[in-house]
Amino acid sequence: MDDTSRRTAMKLGGATLGAAAFARSIAPLTEWVPTLSSEEFLQKHYKELSREEMETVLRRVEAMTLEEYGAEVTVQDIRPMDGVQFGYALNLSTCVGCRKCAEACHNENNHDRSTNQSYIRVLEMTKGSVSLDLSSVEYDHAVPAEDKYYMPVQCHQCDNAPCVTACPIEATWKEADGIVVVDYDWCIGCRYCEAACPYHARRFNFTKPEIPAEEINPDQAYLSNRIRPVGVVEKCTFCLHRTRVGRLPACLEACPAGSRVFGNLLDPKSEIRWIIENTRVFVLKEDVGTQPRFFYFFDS
Amino acid sequence: MSSLVLLLALVACDRGYSDPSRELAPAAPAGEPQAITIRKPPAVGVWKAPLSDDPDRDPDLPESATCGTCHGPEPELEIVVEPGEPFHTNIEVEHGTLTCDHCHDKDRTLLREANGTKHDFSEVAQLCAQCHGPTAKAYENGAHGGMNGYWDLSQGPRTKNNCVDCHPAHAPDFGQVMPVHPPRDRHMGNH
Repeated sequence: MDDTSRRTAMKLGGATLGAAAFARSIAPLTEWVPTLSSEEFLQKHYKELSREEMETVLRRVEAMTLEEYGAEVTVQDIRPMDGVQFGYALNLSTCVGCRKCAEACHNENNHDRSTNQSYIRVLEMTKGSVSLDLSSVEYDHAVPAEDKYYMPVQCHQCDNAPCVTACPIEATWKEADGIVVVDYDWCIGCRYCEAACPYHARRFNFTKPEIPAEEINPDQAYLSNRIRPVGVVEKCTFCLHRTRVGRLPACLEACPAGSRVFGNLLDPKSEIRWIIENTRVFVLKEDVGTQPRFFYFFDS
Repeated sequence: MSSLVLLLALVACDRGYSDPSRELAPAAPAGEPQAITIRKPPAVGVWKAPLSDDPDRDPDLPESATCGTCHGPEPELEIVVEPGEPFHTNIEVEHGTLTCDHCHDKDRTLLREANGTKHDFSEVAQLCAQCHGPTAKAYENGAHGGMNGYWDLSQGPRTKNNCVDCHPAHAPDFGQVMPVHPPRDRHMGNH
């Protein structure tokens, strides 16, 4: 045995021992968090995955959904389109407060059924007032009620997003088309982002989401509507699994009042641009400096 | 000190994509923009008889008819309506102070603007626009009326509603509905 092969043998032996020791050392962790496989524990941050590694992750998420929920789904990694900056506008003059948008979000984005989870809260406001603290989300009477107006609130995809700044581990960030996303496999569930958001737009999965297999939307994306794990924060992504392939968001299509308008802010002929240029537009809590991509407007 | 500066620089630095080709979607081939289809009512107005599915109903009476069937210059059917008989009971007009002749041509087969311009029923939006100018302008620019399909017409078509999809012409007020999907947040303690 010459020196080189002895060195190789020692390296190999050392590597084997090291790998075994590492596997052993993280074993208690996987037992402590029963929902976390060692593949997930060792998974890189979303942005650091190569195409091949991303494929492996997507297939694993699909397999886990089949195993845990009994549903065959397709999970894709859908990236932003070049030359597209998304914007959303909502007409407060026509919204009737029916919450069809919240229901559509619930179904489209595979939310937990028992909590009626949704990325949209509809605030019932008193005409003449913009006091959010006097608003109600639990109203249960025919709408629109006398002397009330309705303000649906969801993620504003802020250009200066406090939730992104608050995250201690870069598990949430703003993408090239303006959508703020979460790597649900990287999030540690500290909920700093939820506290930082002035729009109460983020949700925390206190329990494992429960959805009957036949109700699961199988058209899924890694960064949007795949079923989120327990203990992570989730948020509206403007339905990126739909909008990044040209479709309108689910909440917009569900609106019976036609109050919602979505499009590309860089397209001067788009509906969203016409609204910003020609109607009375405001952003919620402009004074906190978040620079939202979500605009409220009124009929002239 | 220098290591602290380095650490701060690292923290402040956004994490980039290890594989830059993953950052944006590959450009889609630019196709011809697809169509925006505006839903339209039938060109001819149709009146549907009340209780047309009632088995005790006189079978000789028509279940539905075009407006011109009875009102036209040469009615196809001769229907005798006794004065006072509740015939048009399913047409309740709650549209400001408007009456039939404000929108309908004399023989009821066409719609008629105040200036005499006539339209098929399928062009109802033209008629509504004569009074509802600002709303019509918002509608034309996509800020009113709702839509389905694709925001990006290079990837797929879009469908838009017309006025009477949401606002029945005779009683256009949207009315009240019961809200769906109430929130059941944990702090509300009701789940």
